[in-house]
Amino acid sequence: MPLVLPLLLAVVLFCLGVYGVLARRNAVTILMSLELMLNAVNLNLIAFDAWRLDGLATGQTLAVFVITLAAAEIGLGLAIVLLLFRGHGHVDADAARDLAEADEREESPT
Amino acid sequence: MTTALFAVAAVVAVVSAVLVVTSRRIVHAALWLVVTLGAVAGCFGALHAEFVALVQILVYVGAIVVLVLFALMLTKAPTNPLPTLTTARSPFAAAVAGVLALLLGTGVVIAFGKEKIKPVPAGDAETVGTAIFKTWVLPFEVLSVLLLAALIGAIALSQRKSGES
Repeated sequence: MPLVLPLLLAVVLFCLGVYGVLARRNAVTILMSLELMLNAVNLNLIAFDAWRLDGLATGQTLAVFVITLAAAEIGLGLAIVLLLFRGHGHVDADAARDLAEADEREESPT
Repeated sequence: MTTALFAVAAVVAVVSAVLVVTSRRIVHAALWLVVTLGAVAGCFGALHAEFVALVQILVYVGAIVVLVLFALMLTKAPTNPLPTLTTARSPFAAAVAGVLALLLGTGVVIAFGKEKIKPVPAGDAETVGTAIFKTWVLPFEVLSVLLLAALIGAIALSQRKSGES
């Protein structure tokens, strides 16, 4: 198997994740796109592990660690999203402007 | 053989990932995410990383997608199609993602275009477990502390009153 096959798949998945993070409005879908990007990284790690074969299973161990990190990240992220929903009644990432610069237009429906 | 399996899983993963980021129904996007993660697990299996593939199915499909579905339910996500789910700047976002894909793709092809991999069965639970508990013990313990911190953080966030945020 050529090494570029998994690498190109990872590139495509990562860029779809980038598109999702930039273009989506709902905060939960932004988190889903983040998961796509983390999966692309995992695919890279597994592919390079199968290429190097260093005997320590470095890439696979790191992939398991990244999966654990993703679980921690989605837990915290969804807690923040639920807090946003309780405070504002929506999860629109564009309308949540509580931390915006003071001189920008105020449109946060508190 | 593994190349054909990998190609099939890769096509499934890309198609369902496109649907994840473009679907107008949020719940459908979350369910397409299941397909994407399962196909990526199939790619791991084709690369002879069976343990990571199983962990991927257990943790991602079993836990993370269920958490996402719970969050959609708790935030009263509508099930009908929403045209406003993608912002008006999505052409710009598509341009950024396309340019990034072009750059990364050419870089990868230039750097690794001639390399071949021959996946050998080196990814069972015994190999990875031995590596984790022999070589990577310290990162493993740090990771458990990080999980504890994330747990405490999530509890602290969810215990706040809505007025004091």
